[in-house]
Amino acid sequence: MIASDPLSPLPGAHVHAVHDEFHGDLLEVSMGPHHPSTHGVFRMMVTLDGETVVKLKPVFGYLHRNHEKLGENTTYLGSMPYTDRLDYLCSMTNNWAYALAVEKLAGQAVPERAEYVRVILAELTRLLNHTCLAGFLLQDCGASGTPLMYAFREREKILDLFESLSGSRMMCNYQRFGGCRVDPPPAWLEAASRLVDGYNAFLDEYEALLTGNEILMARTQGVGRLSAALAVSAGITGPMLRAAGVAYDIRKVDAYGIYPRFDFRVPLGDHGDTYDRYMIRVLEMRESIKILQRALHELPAGPIMDPKAKLRGFRPKPGEAYGRIEGPKGEIGFYLISDGGPNPYRYRVRAPSFVNLTILEDLCRGHTVADAVIILGSIDIVLGEVDR
Amino acid sequence: MLGSGLIKGLAVTAKNLAGSFHDPARFVTTEYPEVKTKLPENYRNFPFLVSENADDPMGTLRCVACQICEKECPPQCIYIEKSKDKKPDAAGKMQLYPAVFDIDISVCMSCQICVEVCPFDAIKMDQVFEIATPDRFQPLLLDRNQLAKPNSYFHEVHPTEAAEVDARLTAERKAAEEKAKAAAAAKAAAPAKPAGAAPAPAAPPSTTPTKPAQAPDPGSRRGDEGSAEPSKPPPPAA
Repeated sequence: MIASDPLSPLPGAHVHAVHDEFHGDLLEVSMGPHHPSTHGVFRMMVTLDGETVVKLKPVFGYLHRNHEKLGENTTYLGSMPYTDRLDYLCSMTNNWAYALAVEKLAGQAVPERAEYVRVILAELTRLLNHTCLAGFLLQDCGASGTPLMYAFREREKILDLFESLSGSRMMCNYQRFGGCRVDPPPAWLEAASRLVDGYNAFLDEYEALLTGNEILMARTQGVGRLSAALAVSAGITGPMLRAAGVAYDIRKVDAYGIYPRFDFRVPLGDHGDTYDRYMIRVLEMRESIKILQRALHELPAGPIMDPKAKLRGFRPKPGEAYGRIEGPKGEIGFYLISDGGPNPYRYRVRAPSFVNLTILEDLCRGHTVADAVIILGSIDIVLGEVDR
Repeated sequence: MLGSGLIKGLAVTAKNLAGSFHDPARFVTTEYPEVKTKLPENYRNFPFLVSENADDPMGTLRCVACQICEKECPPQCIYIEKSKDKKPDAAGKMQLYPAVFDIDISVCMSCQICVEVCPFDAIKMDQVFEIATPDRFQPLLLDRNQLAKPNSYFHEVHPTEAAEVDARLTAERKAAEEKAKAAAAAKAAAPAKPAGAAPAPAAPPSTTPTKPAQAPDPGSRRGDEGSAEPSKPPPPAA
């Protein structure tokens, strides 16, 4: 029996021993909040038996900034730039999910060209996010530098595209209710096509570097197994869920936007371990490239904004709406209740990182501390979204 | 064979290392302070106020202190005080001007919403990003003198947008002038020929182009061009 509750944090104490009559001392270690392996300000209170994780308590909220309350006190338009700052790697998909919720609420139509541009940008965001994730995961494995730098080299090209279109690399603030803010010029579309056409070559190179690498396989295969039953009951979404073998992709399930027009497969994992989560992301990137090539090829001419769309003085009629899309990390959704005023009465974010993080203890129990770091990396969290 | 994956990976790194010396596609970094990359035209960071004339920036600000940007700014970083008196704007119409216009760029999050909601094309996004200061507060609180930049500067940083804005404003001013001329002619003709025919050709009512995808603004001057004071010649800008 554990003599005292090992999870009661002692203020100021980083490490303290807990007496255990049968198994010797358990050690409680506070990993984070300031540690590069925790991907931001995130703390794991781990109880260790030797090097094995016995208990793990995630502690978050260090980056809490009242996002939802701010959303209830700013106008519908004013919340758009704040959504960039949720998952700051994927501002385009956050924008889209929020725009979708407001468009549902107000019954706002979106022109076809804008729908195509949204798909293009969302899939570019998926490439960017998954590329980064693979780099960070390898960094967590101890491969300092090389894979992360290769990933960042490609990410930078996508960020350049975002910057030249929206004016900002990461805080794009690009989608509007009823369309998009800027019409992509032909030169931009050409640059995007060039990038997309060259991306498979980069993935081939990246996979040659990593996929067959014996060290990566030894570190990740069988580590942090997630069963399909647990994933479904915990509400896990995105690549995490698909790596566990559950075919659930909101692009297929909800068929929002114009996704039904695109032919793409949903890759599924067999084991639900960390290696599967890495492979699923690589395979998803390959599918994204297919979608992108077709969307860029078929992009129709026309207006980018619905002419009836209102920018200022936007007051949707009373009601509620939930808009969700398949973000790179999972289901990103916004739930809005309108009372007819200029601000939402209730503004709620369904953050995929936050929900996916809830099973961290189940994944880490029985593994070593070094594995816990990799498992956390494979969940793919961004603390801006977890803490909101 | 165990280790073949490793060797394959090492071949990739070797290729990248060699490539970084001769292949420009693999040599992606620049030595920043010495070499500066060209910013894309759409790049934005902090707002500035457009003035028509570089010699008299305070007298020719396009801003009429309508305070729409102040209300719409999500982080509330803009502070405006309206003037007590009026000054003529570029179209000759008497307008208020901002007696105080402050932007706290330590609060500003560069979202560009002020630019999008401005009905007067008076506030635009700048591209100056090397603004680090040793002090947290005063140097980052910009007043209207620091914010005012001439239209020629706007043309420098955002040429496409500036050309489009200029074309629109010129058309609007021309329409307003014609309307004013017509109104003046009508006024002059009315007492002379009280029973005459239609006094003057009506000004084309719909030549004023509106911003695409923007709702008509109650605070916009486009709605009340008729109330301009055309008979008085515009006094010289102070």
